[in-house]
Amino acid sequence: MVVNKNKSSNPVIEIKEMHKWFGNFHVLKNISLGVNQGERIVICGPSGSGKSTLIRCINRLEVHQQGDIIVNNVELTGDLKNLEAIRSDVGMVFQSFNLFPHLTVLENCTLAPIWVKKLPKKEAEELAMELLTRVKIPEQALKYPGQLSGGQQQRVAIARSLCMQPKIMLFDEPTSALDPEMIKEVLDTMIELAETGMTMLVVTHEMGFAKKVADSVIFMDEGEIIEQNDPKNFFNNPKNDRTKLFLSQILNH
Amino acid sequence: MSEKIYKPGNYPDLPPPPGTVGVYGWIRQNLFSSISNSLLTIISVMLLYYLIDGIIGWFFLDAVFDADSKIACRKIDDGACWAVITRRVGQFVYGFYPEAERWRIDITFLTMFVAFAPLLYPDIPKRKWLLYFSIFYPFFAFVLIMGGYFGLQKIEYSLFGGFMLTVILGVCGIVCSLPLGILLALGRQSNLTVVRTLSVCFIEFMRGVPLITLLFVASSMLNYFLPPGTNFSILVRVIIMFTFFSAAYIAEVIRGGIQAIPKGQYEAADALGMNYWQKTRFITLPQALKISIPGIVNTFIGLYKDTTLVVVIGLLDPLGIGRAALADTKWNGLSTETYLFVALFFFVSCFAMSRYSLWLENKLNTDKK
Repeated sequence: MVVNKNKSSNPVIEIKEMHKWFGNFHVLKNISLGVNQGERIVICGPSGSGKSTLIRCINRLEVHQQGDIIVNNVELTGDLKNLEAIRSDVGMVFQSFNLFPHLTVLENCTLAPIWVKKLPKKEAEELAMELLTRVKIPEQALKYPGQLSGGQQQRVAIARSLCMQPKIMLFDEPTSALDPEMIKEVLDTMIELAETGMTMLVVTHEMGFAKKVADSVIFMDEGEIIEQNDPKNFFNNPKNDRTKLFLSQILNH
Repeated sequence: MSEKIYKPGNYPDLPPPPGTVGVYGWIRQNLFSSISNSLLTIISVMLLYYLIDGIIGWFFLDAVFDADSKIACRKIDDGACWAVITRRVGQFVYGFYPEAERWRIDITFLTMFVAFAPLLYPDIPKRKWLLYFSIFYPFFAFVLIMGGYFGLQKIEYSLFGGFMLTVILGVCGIVCSLPLGILLALGRQSNLTVVRTLSVCFIEFMRGVPLITLLFVASSMLNYFLPPGTNFSILVRVIIMFTFFSAAYIAEVIRGGIQAIPKGQYEAADALGMNYWQKTRFITLPQALKISIPGIVNTFIGLYKDTTLVVVIGLLDPLGIGRAALADTKWNGLSTETYLFVALFFFVSCFAMSRYSLWLENKLNTDKK
């Protein structure tokens, strides 16, 4: 585990007693969580535990019904102005990449900067090429997503989010849809991103990544945060029985 | 076995077995793969030979291309009597548009291709300049066809007819119904209840009513529904009805395309901070329209052929002109030639649309290349 020098005590995300329901189903129960600037948090848990829903609430892809979510000192409400401001500060990477198939890799990266951030086209393209170089695929810029491998597509998706120059990055199971030999290239990209001091919330089952990068690991089950601890204590002496069971299931196979 | 260690390059690419590729391979696999297939091939070729022999004879070799009447035709040869077309080709093309003014239709028709080129072919050179012409073209065409300005003789719409009428109705209907159809499709998917309800009502009404009734409404009743003082010519009213009718179908085709877009596309756009119109313009429509191309062109072809229905309200489309020709005692009974000619015109136009749509689908396919 590396020591995170970028972590500060300046909170960028504050979630207070937040609840969410899908119809009558109570998916998120009394979630309270603070994330400091530069902090790297890994969220794990069995499927259906609400971990994806939790990070989707942070940029309001899902709407919470009770409690507060404050991102960058702006409270998430139905107000569209606030929402657009928060969304351009919060990048998100999805399990299924969600690249725009009708646009080239470069256009995928420049679309939002040009139209949402009103960046001049030339500047947006320079920025995009710089970030595509950082994720090591500048030579694919003029291809379409359908012509790339899964790992390459996910790296493009990371570059696309970074083009908006976000302060926070959310990762929703970024490697779950990838073939085993491609997982590493995406994780390496994420590790490099972590080293730049980006605030990251990562939903993943890659425990190696958690051990290496995370400042703190959260275990969720049935819509609740069961346990949160630094990776060393989390993996070596989990306190809750459900955490122990989960770890034994995913680590010993 | 022990020396057979795998090394890259140990297994070179071998050519496929002989007789499975190339012309010979294709013929063997597709025409003579079994005894029954071979028999079928031989019988089909013989049938085709006799059919084509007869068809070419009737259409060309034994046909008469100029004569004064059907009887005169029959005296010369016993094939098709194309004289009914060649003697009346002016009417088939221009209707009763005055002969001295027909150059105006020719120019409008030829410049139409220039106006459409930048819309249909995005890679055309100097596209931006051509697009200005495309925007200006409707006014240009209107003035040139209708006349009444710049010293051009004013032509009554009742003189319009033939293929010219078909093209006017078809092109106006197609050009107006696509944007209206897109708006209706978006309206039907809208979160705003009023917009959604209005779109649904419009679409369901237009789809639920036969086109002929709409044309009768256009010819007799539409002026009651419009504000007093407005008085559109019958041609404009018919174009409005064609537009509404085909827009309803196009809206449903495009809705299918919109619903085929994975939810993740919108989530990605949302996560990037794009607003509704940005999402619609850059994410929804490009993908939905691409998926809907076959359905949209299908609707266009239907609309184009449905323009022949205007004959019921007294406009002389090519079929009306044909019927007038057949009513002439000189040409009585030449319905095969007349209707084949009209059919050929429609087939050429519709086939061109169909080929264009295939080309466009291929061009927009980003999965390979």
